[in-house]
Order: sequence, then C-alpha cells, then structure tokens
Amino acid sequence: MDSEQKKPIADRLWDFLASVKLAIVIFAFIAVTSIIGTVLEQQGDPRENIQILAKLFGESLAPALYSVAEALGFTDMYRSWWFTGLLIIFAVNLVICSIDRLPRIWKIIREPMGPLPKEQLRTLPLSREMTVKAKLDATKDALSSALKKARLHATGLKDADGFSFFAQSGKYSRLGVFMTHFSILVIMIGAVIGVRFGFKAFLNLPEGAISNVAFSGNDRDIPLGFDIRCDNFRVDFWGASDMPKEYRSWLTIIKDGKEVMRKSIAVNEPLTFEGVTFYQSSYGIVPGSLGQGMFIFNVVSKDGSRSTVNLKMGDSVRIPGTSVSATIVDFSPALRFDQHGHPMTYANQMVNPAALMEFSENGANSFRGWVLMRRPETWQLRDGSRVEFLDYWGVEFTGLQVRKDPGVWIVYVGCIAMSIGLIIAFFMSHRRLWIKLVEEKNATRVIVGGIANKNRAAFERKIDGLLSALRKQIEGGK
Amino acid sequence: MDSSLFFGLSTMAYILAMMLYIAYVAFRKSPIGLMATAVTVSGLVLQTAAIVLRWKEFADLSGLGFFHSAPLTNLYESLIFFVWCLILGYLVVEFKFKNRSFGAFVTPIAGLVLAFIDLAGVSKEIQPLVPALKSNWLLVHVTMSFIAYAAFSISFSTGIMYLIVKTEKRTEPAYIFWTVTFGLFAILLIAMGLDFFSFKVKVRPEIFVHNYLFRSSFLHPSATVKIVSYLTAFLLLICVWRFGGVLKRVIANFNIHADVLDEITYKSIAVGFPIFTLGGLVFGAIWADQAWGRYWSWDPKETWSLITWFIYAFYLHGRMIRGWRGRKVAIVSVIGFMAVMFTYLGVNLLLSGLHAYGSK
Ligand code: HEM
Repeated sequence: MDSEQKKPIADRLWDFLASVKLAIVIFAFIAVTSIIGTVLEQQGDPRENIQILAKLFGESLAPALYSVAEALGFTDMYRSWWFTGLLIIFAVNLVICSIDRLPRIWKIIREPMGPLPKEQLRTLPLSREMTVKAKLDATKDALSSALKKARLHATGLKDADGFSFFAQSGKYSRLGVFMTHFSILVIMIGAVIGVRFGFKAFLNLPEGAISNVAFSGNDRDIPLGFDIRCDNFRVDFWGASDMPKEYRSWLTIIKDGKEVMRKSIAVNEPLTFEGVTFYQSSYGIVPGSLGQGMFIFNVVSKDGSRSTVNLKMGDSVRIPGTSVSATIVDFSPALRFDQHGHPMTYANQMVNPAALMEFSENGANSFRGWVLMRRPETWQLRDGSRVEFLDYWGVEFTGLQVRKDPGVWIVYVGCIAMSIGLIIAFFMSHRRLWIKLVEEKNATRVIVGGIANKNRAAFERKIDGLLSALRKQIEGGK
Repeated sequence: MDSSLFFGLSTMAYILAMMLYIAYVAFRKSPIGLMATAVTVSGLVLQTAAIVLRWKEFADLSGLGFFHSAPLTNLYESLIFFVWCLILGYLVVEFKFKNRSFGAFVTPIAGLVLAFIDLAGVSKEIQPLVPALKSNWLLVHVTMSFIAYAAFSISFSTGIMYLIVKTEKRTEPAYIFWTVTFGLFAILLIAMGLDFFSFKVKVRPEIFVHNYLFRSSFLHPSATVKIVSYLTAFLLLICVWRFGGVLKRVIANFNIHADVLDEITYKSIAVGFPIFTLGGLVFGAIWADQAWGRYWSWDPKETWSLITWFIYAFYLHGRMIRGWRGRKVAIVSVIGFMAVMFTYLGVNLLLSGLHAYGSK
C-alpha cells in the first residue's frame, strides 16, 4: 500500500484506468443501468411511463418517480450524457489496458526460445521425468521422430549434459485477446460514424408516386440526391388467411432524369443506391384515396382471347365477343358478408379487395356481383367469359425505412474481428515445451517441462502421449 | 407418424432420466447410472427424430423450402431446441468428465422447461411465419443463441453446485445467495403450476401466457390470496435456507472436486461466450440490419442480450482478479444464467406486460 501512495498521481491514474477492476465495475454499471432502460419506454409518451411506474410502485409514487427518472435521463438513457460517458470510460479503459499490456505480451511473443537448465524444467507447471533403457543417440533419434509425429517442430541442441529439445506453438494466439478488445473499439467507432454522418428516416411512397426526400423523426426533409418511384406494391397472404406472407415493392431509382435502377424489395431484401438503403417496413392505404385507384382487369372471352384493361371507378368495359358491358360501381378493400348476407368492410387494409360490378346487356340491367381479387372463383361469369381482378393500383403506399450509414462496414469488420479474436482467445493456446536428455549408465534420463497459457490439461495429455510414444518406440525397437 | 408423438416420448424419457439420475445420486448404484444415461440418450434420439419430423411438416405446410422452415420460429420450438442442446451438451460433459452426478442437476432444467411448456400453455401449433422471420441470418442467430444458452445453463448448474459445496455457514452471503436463488426457482415453478391449473379451464392457452402469469397467486384479485401467496413464498425461502445443508451433503456424496465444478463452469462459459457473441449479438444485429435497417436499436430484447453479455464478460474478467476465483465468480455465473432466462422469457412474458408492444 505504501508504494502505491508514493507513486505520482499520473501513474496512479494510469494504473486505475488500466485495471481490470475498473473494467468489471463498468460492466456492472452498464448492465444495471441498462435494465432500467428496458423497463421504461425510451423516448416514449410520459403518460405511458407513469403507467408503467404505477404498475410497479403504485399510483401514488409514480408521478414523483417519473420526474426523478426523467431528470436523470432514464427516459432516453441510451442517448443521455452519463450513459455516453460510461461508454467513453469503457473505451478509455480498454485502450489504456491494452497499451499497458501489449509491450509485455509482445516481448513474450518475440522472445527467442532456448534451452533451459534441468533444475528449472522441474519447476515448470507441467513437468515429467522418466528413464529409458537406451543410449543417448538412440533416444535422441526416437524422440526426434516422436516429436515430428506429434507435429511439434522442435529445435535440437547438443549441450553439456547431453541433448536439449525445445518447441513452441501458438505464440501469436496471445494476441487474440487484443483483437477482441480492439474490435470493440472498432465497433464503437463505426457506430459513432454512423450516427454522425448517416441518417435514419422513413418514406411512405404511394404506388406511382416519386420522391426525392425522406423524412426523419422530427419531420425534417432529408434530400436523397436522386428520385425514387414506387411502381407497384403487393402483399401475398398465407393461404386463405389475412396473415401476410410477403410484401413487396417494385422500385425505380431515377437520377438526372434517367432510370438507373429497378429492383423489387421485400422484408429482408433491401435495395441500396449511392449508400442509401431502402428497407421494406410497412404498408397501408393512402387516406382518402380509396375511390381514386386504377382497377387492372384481364378480360377473357369465351373463346379464350384476353385483353388487359385499366379502369377507374364508374368506368365500363365491354366483354369481347358479347354485348355485355361491365361497370364498376363500388369497391371494398376488405369485403366480408355478415350473418345476414350483407356486404361489409372489415378492415382498413387491402386484405380482401373486391369490386362490385354491374353487368348489363344492350343497356338493360341484368345483374351485379362482387369480384374478389383473392378469389378466382368469383371471376367466372355465367356465359363462360371471365373478369380476372389483377390489381387495384395507386391506393396503397409502401412504408420504407431509409437509412444511410457509412459506418456500418466498420461495425461489421469489428464484429468479424471480435469473433475471430474470441475464438483465438478461448480455443488456442501458447504452448512451450522443453525436453532434456541426460546420459546415464546404459540408459537416458528424459526430463520434460512445459507451459501452456490456456487449457493446460490438453497440453498435459499431449505430453504424456509423446512420452508413451517414445517409450514404446524404444522398448519395441529393442 | 407425426412429430408430437416423438416429442411426447422424448419428454417422458427425459423425465424418467431425471428420476434415474436423482436415484443414482441418492443410492450410488452404477446400474442405475447406466440406465439413466441410456434413457437420456434414447430421449435425445427420439427428440432428434421429432425435430426432423416437425421440420419436414413445416416445410410441407409453408412451401418455403428446407432452409426457411427450420422449426425455430416460436417460443415452443425454441424451448424444445434449447432442451435438445442442453441434453446434448450434458452428455458431452458426462462423457468427458466421466461423472454422472451432474445429471441430477441438468436434467431437472430440461424437465422444468418441458413442464413450463405445458404449465404455461405455450402454443404448440405450427404457425405461419411473418415476413421478417424469413431469413437465413435468423436461423443461424437462433440456433447459435440456443447452443450458447445450453452451455450457460450447464455453467449455471455447476456454478450453483460449487456454491452449495463451498458454503459453510447460514449467515454467509454466498450461502444466502444460493438458497434464495434456489428457492425463487422453486417458487416460480409452483406459482406457474397454480396458474395453469386454475386458468386452464377458463381461457385459451396462448392468451394465458401473456395475461395470467401469477394471477392465481401473487397477482390474484383477492387481497387475502395475495398475502397468503407472499407469506407461503417467504416461508418456502426460509425452509430452503434452513435446510440447505441437506443438499450440501447430497452433493458431497458425488465425489466431485470443487475445482472440477469451477473448471466446468469456466469451460462452458468459454464455449458459450464466443458462440453467444457471434450468434446472439452479431448475427442478430445483421438480421435486424437486413430486416429493418438498424443493427442496434436498444430494444428490450437486444438490451437484455447485451446485459447478459456484460455479465459473462464480468465473469471472465472477474476470474483474473486475484481472490475472485471460486465463490465470487460462481455467483456471477448464476446471475448470468438468470439474465439468460430473462432475455429469453422475461422480456416476452414480463416486460411485454408493461409495454404497449406486448399486446401486439
Ligand atoms: C465487453 C467488453 C470486453 C470483452 C467482450 C472482453 C473479452 C475478453 C476475453 C474474451 C478475454 C479472455 C478471457 C479468458 O481467457 O478467460 C479477455 C481478457 C482480458 N480483458 Fe477483456 N473484454 C472486454 C473488456 C475489457 C476491458 C474494458 C478491459 C480493461 C481493463 C479488459 C481487460 C482484459 C484483460 C487485462 C484481459 C486478460 C488478458 C490476458 O490474459 O493477458 N477487457 N477479455
């Protein structure tokens, strides 16, 4: 303790910042404070958070607790100054700890290996001794081949007592921990670059619409530098249910008046152009547009000739080969018949689009019927011709998440480095082995010493295997 | 033949194995131990068959092709997969360390999870996938997370065994820690059992998981039941605390050196940590990036994974500080597994009850 006191302040600060103790205190701090952040809704509605607190601590305490939590930044804690500060101390700790230790580790790695005196071999963590009934030279040759078989690239040297072998493997595995630690910094740097030089925004783009901006949370326009157009949007459902199986947008990128890219995107299949990535995130019906869309029908006559027509609400189409004309008189995005058989709309998403058509022959009303996009059996007309309902276009918007993150690659590189570093740190070890052969009367004494910085048991097994191979070779060859 | 038959058989095998392992520990007869291992292995084989069958059933139903149909898409399937990893991991440990006694601690975790599926009424239906779940990243993410969770639960078992063996006095913090942990697990299980029996008749199982947890005990509308529940729980804790020494004597019979327990704890964390980092955090982030354009958004599930990660980092670094080996880090390994459980179940079952998103 005394020597601690005498050190200059700067040194003591350095030791503090380099210590593993500080690291585990920070681990604990980050873990515990993060818990609070998962209980309270982050950037949420104050009323909601008060409700959460009321559920946990009772109505009477909740408002006061909320004010405390808010004052301390717990309602937006991952962006708060103190959480950022915690992460900065964490990073500094990591850097200084590495700077502090790297030279020592580097020295161990660069240190050339040489023979050790036999007294020292006996003090190593792994030590073995045995005598074999063979001359030194024969033992040396047998050991040399046993070492080769065990894939230990040993150096052999003649010395005063007899002969020495030494070998090491995996010395660079000592850097695995540094790689792990360094990669954490890389990830943090990548994240900071992403926040600083990128953006997160959204864009609700109706079918047929073009935009050159996206919107961030506070309704700020973010110019994209190009135009994006939604050509089409479509949802596929699971069987007859209303559960979406896939939703997909067909997008076109237009730069300087030219179409430069066309791609369809779905969840998990984004589009990237000039560093800006568009993710399929949601969809919906553009408010007030329900009557304005374009019906796309395939009209198929009895003899099989087909033509595609685009119609608006109220438009008519003549079924080819007949004198029947069909007029669209009503539309429902989600049609169902109630228990009295009356049609009703049961959702405000296009889960079951249906057009009510009025068919008339030579101007005389004959009948009306619902044609449903998801029900091909409703496309069939009495006279054998068909009205295929393909799409109702221009009513839905596609909800796009728009992101630019120049740091994401740095984050990924960091992740890869971290994974490799962890595998090295945990599954590889630096092993050193010394073997000394000492001539005795009609026999040779084999003295073995070894060090492994990880997984000593496995190294021990390897050494024992080597020695029993040696013994077998000598005794079997006799 | 359908998968549920095989699932049922493997559940029975595991529960039988649990009883055999406990009997083995109590009577120390090696034929019992051999039988326990044999039953566990056959349970694993049956369960593997069940998982493969369910995979095929799902592929046929969804028409998505093999790789998008891995049966890892909902709570039930992931719990089953967790048990599978756990048993496989345990058998590896049993084989490597030539000791059957941990079986008495690991198979109850498997039994507990399988019981939880029934008690909490986790839906066993094959459910259609929402679009965000159709991702290869998700598959490796979930698979690797559960392998890591299984490794962590082995470290939990050996960590708590270490504490049981190494504590002497009832006033020691470490003793109090393990008895309370042990007691809380028991209380949780009993409370869930009560919920199940009292509400099974009234509501559909799926709703039950979200809304009725602890409604028959700690959250019961009647104040009397509530108070009785808390009192009973408290008494149970006291009992475990008072009679914890019995467990110690049982484990002392195992002839496992405490250092071996410490080593298994470390080794399984050393295996679990890289897998969790890569599979849980990195692949999860890549998936989120692909699906939503954010690799990290501090949502409760992500944050809890990070908390878990920090706790295990705490464990690994704590071991380096002189004097922290042994008891202190064993406590951290137990806390780490509680964080795993919370990440996996608590976020969905408890936090979602608080937050609005839970109702979705
Ligand atoms: C969450 C962030 C961190 C992770 C994931 C991490 C990971 C690791 C891993 C896997 C090891 C090897 C452990 C073992 O072999 O049992 C290690 C060792 C170590 N870590 Fe960290 N670490 C982190 C943060 C830190 C920080 C902030 C410090 C600052 C002091 C630090 C200091 C050390 C030291 C000194 C070692 C021992 C190195 C050696 O064996 O020579 N770590 N770390």
